[in-house]
Amino acid sequence: MNVTAVLQNVIASALIYSAPLILTALGGTFSERSGIVNVGLEGIMVMGAFSSVVFNLAMADTFGSLTPWIGMLVGGAIGFVFSFFHAVATVHWRADHIISGTVINLMAPALAVFLTNIIYGARQTDFIKARFGFFTFPVLSDIPFIGPILFTNTSLPAFVGIGIAILCWFLLFKTKFGLRLRSVGEHPQAADTLGINVYLMKYAGVLLSGFLGGMGGAIQAQAIASNFSASTIAGQGFISMAAMIFGKWNPLGAMGAAIFFGFAQSLAVTGNYIPVIQDIPSVWLQVAPYIITILALVFVIGKSRGPAANGKTYIKSK
Amino acid sequence: MSQIENVIEMRGITKQFGNFKANDNINLSVKKGEIHALLGENGAGKSTLMNILSGLLEPTSGDILVNGEKATIDSPNAANLLGIGMVHQHFMLVDDFTVTENIILGSEKTKSGFLDQKSARKEIKELSDRYGLIVDPSARVEDITVGMQQRAEILKVIYRGAEILILDEPTAVLTPQEIDELIKIMRSLTKEGKSIIIITHKLDEIKRVADRCTVIRRGKSIDTVNVKETSQQELANMMVGRSVSFKVDKVPSEPKETILSVDNITVKDSRGIEKVKGLSLEVHAGEVLGIAGIDGNGQSELIQAISGMTKVESGKITLQGKEIQNNVPRKITESGLGHIPEDRHRVGLVLPMSVEENMALQTYYKEPLSKNGFLNQGKMRSYAEKLAEEFDVRLQSVSEPIASLSGGNQQKAIIAREVDRNPSLLIAAQPTRGLDVGAIEYIHSRLIEQRDNDRAVLLVSFELDEVMNVSDRIAVMYEGKIAAIVKPEETSEEELGLLMAGSSLEKARASVENPTAEEETIHE
Amino acid sequence: MNDKRQTLNNLLVPILSVLMGFLIGAIIMLVFNFNPIEGYSAMFKGAFGTPFYIGETLRQTAPLIMTALGFALANIAGFFNIGVAGQALLGWTGSVWFAISFPSLPSPILLPLSILAGVLAGALWAGIAGFLRAFFGVSEVIVTIMLNHTSLYTVNYLIRNVMTDSNDSTPRIPEAASLRMEWLTDLTNNSTLHAGIFISLIMAFLVWVLIKKTTTGYEIRAVGLNPMASKYAGMSTKRTIIVSMLLSGALAGLGGAMEGLGNFQNVFVQGAVPTLGFDGLAVALLGLSNPIGIIFAALLFGALKIGGSSMPLAVGVPSEVVDIVIAFIIFFVGANYVIRFFLERNKKKTAGPIEKHDSDKASGTPESLSGTEKADKKEDKE
Repeated sequence: MNVTAVLQNVIASALIYSAPLILTALGGTFSERSGIVNVGLEGIMVMGAFSSVVFNLAMADTFGSLTPWIGMLVGGAIGFVFSFFHAVATVHWRADHIISGTVINLMAPALAVFLTNIIYGARQTDFIKARFGFFTFPVLSDIPFIGPILFTNTSLPAFVGIGIAILCWFLLFKTKFGLRLRSVGEHPQAADTLGINVYLMKYAGVLLSGFLGGMGGAIQAQAIASNFSASTIAGQGFISMAAMIFGKWNPLGAMGAAIFFGFAQSLAVTGNYIPVIQDIPSVWLQVAPYIITILALVFVIGKSRGPAANGKTYIKSK
Repeated sequence: MSQIENVIEMRGITKQFGNFKANDNINLSVKKGEIHALLGENGAGKSTLMNILSGLLEPTSGDILVNGEKATIDSPNAANLLGIGMVHQHFMLVDDFTVTENIILGSEKTKSGFLDQKSARKEIKELSDRYGLIVDPSARVEDITVGMQQRAEILKVIYRGAEILILDEPTAVLTPQEIDELIKIMRSLTKEGKSIIIITHKLDEIKRVADRCTVIRRGKSIDTVNVKETSQQELANMMVGRSVSFKVDKVPSEPKETILSVDNITVKDSRGIEKVKGLSLEVHAGEVLGIAGIDGNGQSELIQAISGMTKVESGKITLQGKEIQNNVPRKITESGLGHIPEDRHRVGLVLPMSVEENMALQTYYKEPLSKNGFLNQGKMRSYAEKLAEEFDVRLQSVSEPIASLSGGNQQKAIIAREVDRNPSLLIAAQPTRGLDVGAIEYIHSRLIEQRDNDRAVLLVSFELDEVMNVSDRIAVMYEGKIAAIVKPEETSEEELGLLMAGSSLEKARASVENPTAEEETIHE
Repeated sequence: MNDKRQTLNNLLVPILSVLMGFLIGAIIMLVFNFNPIEGYSAMFKGAFGTPFYIGETLRQTAPLIMTALGFALANIAGFFNIGVAGQALLGWTGSVWFAISFPSLPSPILLPLSILAGVLAGALWAGIAGFLRAFFGVSEVIVTIMLNHTSLYTVNYLIRNVMTDSNDSTPRIPEAASLRMEWLTDLTNNSTLHAGIFISLIMAFLVWVLIKKTTTGYEIRAVGLNPMASKYAGMSTKRTIIVSMLLSGALAGLGGAMEGLGNFQNVFVQGAVPTLGFDGLAVALLGLSNPIGIIFAALLFGALKIGGSSMPLAVGVPSEVVDIVIAFIIFFVGANYVIRFFLERNKKKTAGPIEKHDSDKASGTPESLSGTEKADKKEDKE
């Protein structure tokens, strides 16, 4: 293999693995910016993955190559609905955020595999026909050197994810909604005295995380796993959470960290082709995201970097 | 002469929390363009009243008229719309946001969907020029001084078009220079026709800035007076009132050797602000030294430093000849300190634990309460029962959670625990806050008893009565230092009040003896 | 009297949560055209119907008690050790690794040492999180979640590359290291029941003694309930944090060792950290972090898990329905504010007005113990 081909291969597979992480990490960012810790991202991804596969299997003949994209939206919608549990429990029922998130993580695989069993009579689904596959950008791929490496046979969902990350950054830092959402996560009393509906903003944060996390799960299922089983989502939700922390709760930071973690994950698969890396035991690449996150927490981010009121239940006094 | 209208009229406001009336039929009227002070001791109900006016709390009964029309203020938003804005004592600012973001939050202007920070910044600039509210609009709140944070808070309120500003203890966190600055700002605001209500318990500030003053005591409005026609003593009298005086029977003290010596210590609070600034004092065996002062003048930090809960930046603390500054709390406790902490719920007790476990909190690791790492629960129980009996702690059983005891009995339990260890120094911080008359008398007599047993007692209290009655000497604390040390029989509540507000001893004496001389002394 | 009402209230929340969990399970079965009575009775038979099933249920219960005790101990100290899964996996691996490394040692030496290896592995793994929390203030929740995944990949790597030569599972442990006991196997018709259940019951008792009867336990409880007051009373919060995390991990590691030395007799490559960890968390929450409560809650969840696996064959209901039931039970335990809200309201109707302040304070007890007020407690303003 020549250099271009190796680079193309490495970058494309890094992007493929990054795409679900980017969207889910963005989801986590919205939730935590509103002050709700969401360790349930893993479970939300499971629901997104499951629903997109069901949709894909049923509708591939109708929608053809559009199927995975619509499946992605279906996954997002189901994630949205599922995260409603977390919102009600944490905002109105004053449940501990981590307990509620853990319940989501316990519930989602149970429910999804149960339904898989009911629908398909087995613990995993068939393989889907309409996958995301590879994509070559029409014009961009003709750019010398960069074109073949970045824009040929690559993951379109990842580019969509990058686009969404940029949109999210604008949404969070440049709009009224974003300002209010962040104020609620930092200082809900202050927001309350200014007439901001604290509970509504928290719901918005959690539900957005459900939507984005569900889409992330759908991408994981339709681009990488190609079917649904209990092991379709294996830690991606937690890696996304790590990416969110590593990216300091900033959409662009989270995206960057997600791409990096996706790269680390893909190396465990493609690393065999690459000189130096093939000598590193794969275990290092697999655990890298987690260890790096812990080190970042200890040395870089410190204790006070997250939203100030993250994880605390806000009770209005009257 | 001119027609003066009331922009705010609060009539018969009552606010009840459970059985407690925080506000009891309070009346307040504020004229357009005036600075109206709301004076009262800690817990008198000032903040409750203003929280009602700003829509954070709803009154149990009573009417509010804004510009002569009856208004329902059921949310901060409603208050905003009526032109009422409040600057809270604990700033409602998002540390992570810029000044501009904080100011526009909740009333943002947008341009094609995006925040229009540019025009917001321009508008803020205009407002800040007009009223002398100097801020850096693009600085992050956590990076700016407390004074600038306060100016940002005021801008936030004005930006929303407030005509009536409520300032809750605005000077509590400011330096003298910043206070001068604030007063100028307040004047420029009223010049533009805005009205200001300022909550405070500092008499000198009222004399400096306020036009009229409404005094609140124990939830009731006492009177509204024109500040110019009233002396500080009169204000002090109204604020303190002819309250029940708990005379304590005691023989004159016979101070002996020095037990505690605090030498030039400096202590910072959790936010890194210096609260104790080179303070020195001594407490002797056989005396009660009372520390009088307004909340927030460094009393809490002083006590935390002595008991090892907070770091001492510099200086020396000696307990019975041993240096103890920056020792761990247990070592200080074992050197002979008993400590009735100021917040019994957060610090003094583990509320969900049983009475017997709370009684053992300081001695659980020693015999007889434990041996070889195992608790002796029989001994713990009998010890707790003994203490409860001896100190008259009323309870059903020592195994019930201490949370189910009344406040007075909880406090008696703490005193039992701390006194029974026979400490050479007993610190009692706000020992009677929120307690009923019976409990207060009991606790006072216990403190005196310690003194009579040749122990040293350091009493910190915001209640002048208490300090006057229990102490043998009174140290007045102001801005992190001891302003003066006086004997209760040689002073008066008026004099203490002036000292607590920052007067020097000579000036306070002069003004108490000759009230007309007061004006000059205040305006130094 | 107050005490009794309190205890009753404490018990009502988990009991109501269990009932509501089962109710939702029944509704789900009804929705998908299954007969819930048939479903639940198949489950019950599958858990307790024969000596064999009873043996399996008890075998499932034993490590659940351990991971739940581990979670509970940290929780009492105010920490959410979501990493019991990883700690159990390390305990499992550590014990098996030791056992297969010294196959020639006699049983009285090999078995205790193998168990000890698992206990130590779990303790040290949890100790990382305790250390980082005590000295760097890093959230133990994030760290233990990250360590869960790290442990999974590390263990899988060790199995494939160090413990074996590219195999996905290790050889069986030597007979001398096994927790299985012939009389137990015979008594329960060749079930996988092993001595772990006795160890678990003993450990539950010891943890109860530790928490209630020792000065260390007293410190752990005090720090968990009120760190400020603990500091005032001269306790070292840092030491307490680390000690409680070490003990928490040790208990989880022991639970893992039971899987290795008792149930599976080896360790193998897995796709996720053992569910034992999260189930243990659920057991501890349901058992209100109380060792006796944990024994009953573990028995319930053990029965659900074992009984649930009989449901597909007997009545065609997918076994995952029990996991849904478990998740809902914990959901209701976690959202106990709602249950308490209704309980309080009913009581007020029947018993007249109760002084609000006092009842609020009193209900702090169980809530604090179950960790739902964690955020408040940790607000340690230094």
